[in-house]
Amino acid sequence: MTDSILKPSRRALLRGAAALGAAGAIGSPMVLREAHAQAAFNWKRFAGTTIDVLLVKNPRSDLMQAAEKEFTELTGIKVSAEQVPEQQQRQKAVIEFASGKPSFDVSGISLHVQKRMAAKGKWFEDLTPFIKDASLTSPDFNFADFGAGPVAYARQSDGSLDTIPFFVDYWMIYYNKELFDAKGVAYPKTMDEIATVAAKLHDPAKGIAGFVSRGLKNANVPVWASLLLGQGIETTSPDGKLLTDTPEAAWAGELYKKLNKETGPAGQVGFNWNECQTTFMQGRAAMWLDGIGFATPLEDPTKSRIVGKVGYGITPPGPKAHHAGMFADGMGISRGSQKKQAAWLYLQFMTSKAQQIAMLKAGAGAPGRASAYLDTETISQSKFGKQYFECLLGSAKVARAALPQIVPVTEFRDVFGVALTNALGGADVAAELKKATETFAPVLVKSEQG
Amino acid sequence: MTNTTAMPADLATPKVLPARHSADFTPRYWLFSLPAVLVILGVIVFPWLFTLYMSGHDWKIGGGPEFVGLQNFSELFRDTRFLESMGHTAYFTVLAVVLPIVFGTAAALVFHREFPFRGLLRTIFVMPMMATPVAVALVWTMMFHPQLGVLNYLLSLVGVGPQPWVYAPHTVIPTLILVEVWHWTPLVMLIVLGGLAGLPKEPYESALIDGANSWHMFRHITLPLVWPFIMVAIVIRTIDALKAFDTIFVITQGGPGTASETLNIFLYLQAFQFYKIGYASAVVVIFFVIIIMLSLLLLYARQKSKWNAE
Repeated sequence: MTDSILKPSRRALLRGAAALGAAGAIGSPMVLREAHAQAAFNWKRFAGTTIDVLLVKNPRSDLMQAAEKEFTELTGIKVSAEQVPEQQQRQKAVIEFASGKPSFDVSGISLHVQKRMAAKGKWFEDLTPFIKDASLTSPDFNFADFGAGPVAYARQSDGSLDTIPFFVDYWMIYYNKELFDAKGVAYPKTMDEIATVAAKLHDPAKGIAGFVSRGLKNANVPVWASLLLGQGIETTSPDGKLLTDTPEAAWAGELYKKLNKETGPAGQVGFNWNECQTTFMQGRAAMWLDGIGFATPLEDPTKSRIVGKVGYGITPPGPKAHHAGMFADGMGISRGSQKKQAAWLYLQFMTSKAQQIAMLKAGAGAPGRASAYLDTETISQSKFGKQYFECLLGSAKVARAALPQIVPVTEFRDVFGVALTNALGGADVAAELKKATETFAPVLVKSEQG
Repeated sequence: MTNTTAMPADLATPKVLPARHSADFTPRYWLFSLPAVLVILGVIVFPWLFTLYMSGHDWKIGGGPEFVGLQNFSELFRDTRFLESMGHTAYFTVLAVVLPIVFGTAAALVFHREFPFRGLLRTIFVMPMMATPVAVALVWTMMFHPQLGVLNYLLSLVGVGPQPWVYAPHTVIPTLILVEVWHWTPLVMLIVLGGLAGLPKEPYESALIDGANSWHMFRHITLPLVWPFIMVAIVIRTIDALKAFDTIFVITQGGPGTASETLNIFLYLQAFQFYKIGYASAVVVIFFVIIIMLSLLLLYARQKSKWNAE
């Protein structure tokens, strides 16, 4: 029996092809096209190979691991994947890639932290030749389906594409509709209005904060950086110069300080996203600025007290521009891998349209493929509702990288994180940012030299 | 007597030393010590020398090492965060040693007395010590939440307002000490209790006849006799407090800002977040020197307490 599966006879193949044809005939034209494409593409050419995959521990990796069986059935490639918590996964990736012989063929990375590090260390293979190679790439993979924003984010400065941007996180504002309605307040139309709206909703006597966001060093930098996008600039200029001590950066810092100090919950200086999330979903905060990828538990009745009351708002425009901070994860093939072609099949499968829709359906994050958002069946069945998807699509249209695309991103977040924390403690924002810029500037210069 | 008087003459002439002594150093016995020597060289001496070597280099993971001499050390002593982290470590260590020692000794005195359910209560008392530090830290983190944590809820029941706990720079280290005290007081209690169990009864009987009260007996009999055990507890607690990492990292990650950034957290950031291996190695070297000096001081104090007891 096993032999007949592994080495099918010509008759059996013809029977299978006839059955496939019949199934296509009763299916939709799209399914038919896909079936033909599948039939034409040889998924089995690397059968018997085993590939190693390094993943970050999160719901998206759970979905990938759940799909491994289907992938092995389709390709005959076995997958040995491990999920490691984010911080440790980043350390493992850095150390293993630096060794030149990583123990994995495929790895996920956070583009907002490791993109330049990956380019500088030549971690990954350029995927462009793979995408262009019709013998290696299934016709239904359709790379053009990936959004222009995520692809631009994943593309390195030399034009190479070393990861597929399969997950995108847009920064937006979660708001408690019940609290807004109770005080007859509308969603803020500008960044400055966030502060006035938060002040109206702030009610410490009832234990309600008008606004909550990350205050913990390092974690707080994306909040400030997202506000800075409202001035039409990022933390670095296109030619890599720091813009962190400019009047615009100070404006964003002052707004961050005002929102958190005047309308934030007590102790928010030590809050990371999880404390913010808990505070918001217990109905103790009117607004929460963070990534849309944290939405899942908010609509879970076993964890949240505000199920059905959550509003999803696009980050309002700033004085000079309208952007939503963008963060993304990508997956690439290790340059040191001996099984690059089998690894490419894995990447294609795990970032396919079906997998991206599964991600959206499970509430495991925003997919990089544009077509996933057009899947009306998924949207109509989702527990998140129409506003969530409108926010996703609206944010995608104004998305812009919030963190600088430099090598020492973690050090940047640490140094400026301390400055922001000091500001929350009462220190002068401009002075703190100036001091942090002076501290970080030599680090940045050195990172570009080495 | 004859033997005693003959000793100086023996010592004055090395040739009369017992043959067994000199044979210990003959090369044919070296082979027996080889496994131990190799292990020590591999797991202690080599890592140490390599760390020392790296501390003299500018080396980021992914790049090659560049010799910079003592530059890492001079930079460290100009780095305000490093100096602050030394201060935080000293503050944390002093409190994390003194408080468990005081409370542990008091608890040992209580549990040394006979009373109903003593065994059961003693078992309950030592339970925190058995818990995994990371699990302990996660539970305390939830309890410290300023709005939703159980601690502020309990305070509200007795009319006390909410406290910021680990969420404010001025309260973070004392709050972390609270966790340390809860976790490690039982260890001190067990050590001191062991000492109390071996104390003779006669000095107390004599003191009672002489009219001494409980405080006098504790101050002049119990404390001096149990002091060597307390010194052991101080040595263990000091080493533990100096190397504390897991609890602090899980609860605060060194924050808010850098308010609870101890040397270990600073070291972790340099080595595993910024990948500055040379700089981090210099921190290790300085930390090692501090630990050696402190250990020598504590061992001397312990030895002195033993001499006094004898």
